[in-house]
Amino acid sequence: MEKRSYIKELTKGIIKENPVLCLVLGTCPTLAVTTSAFNAIGMGVAATAVLICSNAVISLLRKFIPDKVRIPAYITIIAGFVTVVQMLVKAFAPAINNSLGIYLPLIVVNCIILGRAEMFAGKNPVLPSILDGLGMGIGFTAALLCMGIIREFFGSGSLFGMPIMPVQILIFILPPGGFFVFGILIMLANKLNSRAGKKVKTSPCDGCPMSENCAEKSCEKTAKEATVNAD
Amino acid sequence: MLIKSLVAVFLAAILTENYVLSKFLGICPFLGVSKKLNTAVGMSVAVTFVMVLATAVTFPIYMYLLVPMGLDYLQTVLFILIIAGLVQLVEIILRKYIPSLYNSLGIYLPLITTNCAVLGVTMLVIQKVDSTSAYTYTYGHALVNAFGAGIGFLVAMVMFAGVRGRLESADIPKSLKGLPITLVAAALVSLSFLGFAGFVDKLIPLA
Repeated sequence: MEKRSYIKELTKGIIKENPVLCLVLGTCPTLAVTTSAFNAIGMGVAATAVLICSNAVISLLRKFIPDKVRIPAYITIIAGFVTVVQMLVKAFAPAINNSLGIYLPLIVVNCIILGRAEMFAGKNPVLPSILDGLGMGIGFTAALLCMGIIREFFGSGSLFGMPIMPVQILIFILPPGGFFVFGILIMLANKLNSRAGKKVKTSPCDGCPMSENCAEKSCEKTAKEATVNAD
Repeated sequence: MLIKSLVAVFLAAILTENYVLSKFLGICPFLGVSKKLNTAVGMSVAVTFVMVLATAVTFPIYMYLLVPMGLDYLQTVLFILIIAGLVQLVEIILRKYIPSLYNSLGIYLPLITTNCAVLGVTMLVIQKVDSTSAYTYTYGHALVNAFGAGIGFLVAMVMFAGVRGRLESADIPKSLKGLPITLVAAALVSLSFLGFAGFVDKLIPLA
């Protein structure tokens, strides 16, 4: 593979195929931990580390994992790296561990990671897989940071912990604010995409790695379309 | 006292600490499968079943196997494997012995392995165990919490399926169509649940 396509693997996750805003994956952490910009970065970096490591290992093992048990095998590999990251965060950044709480071990079921394993790392060599993981991780972190900055700015009137606004709109850091800000961000992403003449995703199932097992007929259809488009 | 605290745990899991609307667990099925009422109910029943079953298995394994042996750092790996195994087992048993139930629920089962609400509930009940506190969780509390979390999921899904039914016929601005308006609607449903804050403590004072 030439140099140019390596750069493409890295950059596609950041804007063109942003896992959060375009593929709508990993919604749970996106909504839950973005009450402040610091939390958002902590979550983003932890997930990126897991994503790079699991992509690398899954790509190395792609010829040895039987197709039938690939999902359990991927989950086990991901869970191993999540445990490592969890222990590292506990040891070196206990404050982040406290504020992320349960959402740190829940990186295991973050569909971005399983999604990349299924769609990319299981089919591609190591180096592109690592770059893909890094790019998707940066895209995920960027989207979280975006949410975190907006919610912290309006909700606690501060930015990265520094007080800026005298007025606080508490609802932004409460759960409804998370749904609302995320909805508005997706709206903006859709608007930009449609202006650029791209197809707009309307269902949250579009990028879901499990959608082929899904009950919803619409899911099955869009999943098939997605694989056709990818090919 | 015990029954009182069990009721408090159950109501809190449904109303004040709703797993979907205030803890953001299980958002994917909440947004993805809530279009029609029957799929919303089917998914929720399957999730409730797996939640209770998973908690029933993981709680004693953690308390009586991992903690005494100092292996509690294996929690994440072990729990996800147990959940994946259980889901597979339930699917096989249902297909073989209760095909009618399999036809209505079986299709949702493979999706549940990666549902963060299930893993979340098994981990959260363990965090509530604190032998020094008077409000520590016992096995019964854990099971009731898991059941309540499932029912809370059902309540949120059914309510949201109703809201989305109304959205179908509404005149929505073009750029808000689809996912954005769904999320804004979810924000409003979540806002209504904020009204329950402090409700359980006032209803059933434990102290």
